[in-house]
Amino acid sequence: MSATTSDTSTDTATDIGNAVEVSGVSRVFPRRRADDVIALEGVDLTVAEGEFVSLIGPSGCGKSTLLRIIADLDTPSSGSLTVFGKSARQARLDQDYGIAFQQAGLLPWRSVADNVALPLELHGTGSRARKDRVGELLDLVGLSDFARAHPDELSGGMQQRVAIARALAESPRLLLMDEPFGALDEITRERMQGELVRICAETGAAVVFVTHSIPEAVFLSDRVVVMTPRPGRIIDIVDSGPGDQGRRDDDFRDAAGFFHTVARVRELLHGGPGANAIAAARGVENR
Amino acid sequence: MTRALWLVRRILLGTIGVLVLVGVWEAYKALGPANGVVIHGNTVLPRTTDLAMPHVWEMFSKFSDPVNSFAGTDTVGSVVWSACLFTLKLSAIGWAIGVVVGAVLAVLMARFRLAESAMLPWIVLSQTVPLIAIAPLVRRWGSQIHVGSWVWSSENSVSVIAAYLAFFPVAVGALRGLRSPDATHLDLMHAYGVGWWRTLFTLRLPSSVPYLLPALRLAAASSVIGTVVAEVSIGLRGGVGRLIIEYAQSAGGDPAKPWAPIFGAVAVGLVAAGAVGVIGLLCRPYRRGEAA
Repeated sequence: MSATTSDTSTDTATDIGNAVEVSGVSRVFPRRRADDVIALEGVDLTVAEGEFVSLIGPSGCGKSTLLRIIADLDTPSSGSLTVFGKSARQARLDQDYGIAFQQAGLLPWRSVADNVALPLELHGTGSRARKDRVGELLDLVGLSDFARAHPDELSGGMQQRVAIARALAESPRLLLMDEPFGALDEITRERMQGELVRICAETGAAVVFVTHSIPEAVFLSDRVVVMTPRPGRIIDIVDSGPGDQGRRDDDFRDAAGFFHTVARVRELLHGGPGANAIAAARGVENR
Repeated sequence: MTRALWLVRRILLGTIGVLVLVGVWEAYKALGPANGVVIHGNTVLPRTTDLAMPHVWEMFSKFSDPVNSFAGTDTVGSVVWSACLFTLKLSAIGWAIGVVVGAVLAVLMARFRLAESAMLPWIVLSQTVPLIAIAPLVRRWGSQIHVGSWVWSSENSVSVIAAYLAFFPVAVGALRGLRSPDATHLDLMHAYGVGWWRTLFTLRLPSSVPYLLPALRLAAASSVIGTVVAEVSIGLRGGVGRLIIEYAQSAGGDPAKPWAPIFGAVAVGLVAAGAVGVIGLLCRPYRRGEAA
């Protein structure tokens, strides 16, 4: 365990029920002959089990850094965090999370099925169990007919679905996604968002989702974490969602509550008072 | 385009290339001045006499002639053939040694930055040493090695010298290849909690294939050149290198004869490059995404 992560599993009991607990996390990138870059400063965030949380903010606000710290791909300069009550490193080694990036990151020499099977293979799952699980996952993302295809034969959206299936391979209770739909066109993007909502409902996994699209964050999330750059900080956390009765479907995209939340997030991002809200709501098609 | 048509096209283009070369040779021989093209006392193009430029068909007819005037001797063709096999064997061994050494160096350099800073300049420098300078050294050092009943032979020296040329492109190409995976892929491996060696076999080696294949082909060509030159400078009998020197001495009386082992050396090079092509076919799954 890194010396900078002072987290321990001493009070495990209180951590149960939360997928991620981040408290006072800062990340400073030292630079030679220039001021250090403060990517994150004093970030507190809790993600409950099964909760969908989006991190949104302009470039350089540290949202990807925060995600990478939760994934233990980076370590905080100060502060502490736990993932399912364990250190981030232990959670990574225990494969408590699945991860997807902006690039699908499929291995081009492996077929779709073999790409999905990769984490299972690396962690010693038997070939029979592997085959069954890959079958389930490809059904889940609707790519059963493409099991033997190779990534270069798939569209960007299909590649990203394979990457999501791969992230779900070991049934993680936490899914970390770093702008997974960022490279897709708007139409594919909306369809993928619908797919993701369905997949999350079926798996019950908590999700930390980095994006810079306001409508995307509002559509998908239970809570939208709004961040500002220089230094990267959380300025507010906005509750989102269709309410108790509604469902996250295309009707929700047209609902008044949706526009209201979009306006609220936009207002926070632009740092202006409520006067901007109406203008902001009109511009929802912008990312 | 269908695959068969593509193959026919390739063969046709290759044949045309050879025919053009033959045509240029014969055309210059027929039309060029007998004393060659001389500008300000410098010979720019060679003489066109039969001594300097034998006809192409004479060169090829040499293969069926006997080596010398004694009765019952082998034909030039069969001598060159066995010399080619000998040279091919030594250069294949040299290639294999070079590939292993180059790959090991590349893995070490990819694993440890320190190894890269320490070794890469020397690896580059090693290729600036003229081969004829190290050939006698290798033979002298080698001749002191004998393990049990096994004694270092001149053949071993030749293969080692071939390996000395062959390892370089492999080391440099493999290093680039091992460094080629995307950051996303490396992050993924880290997220899976997989160690460096497992990552090497799952990710780095497969993604180095597009870099490795040209390096292996270059190594094959280098090892053939290394073998021929080493045969000459060590004075090893039996291979194409020695035959080139031997037949060159009879060029005065028989100008077409020295070309026979030269064609032999070319053939050895083609076979070596072709063998690497077969490796490339076997590695096809790892070459997806390469511009086809």
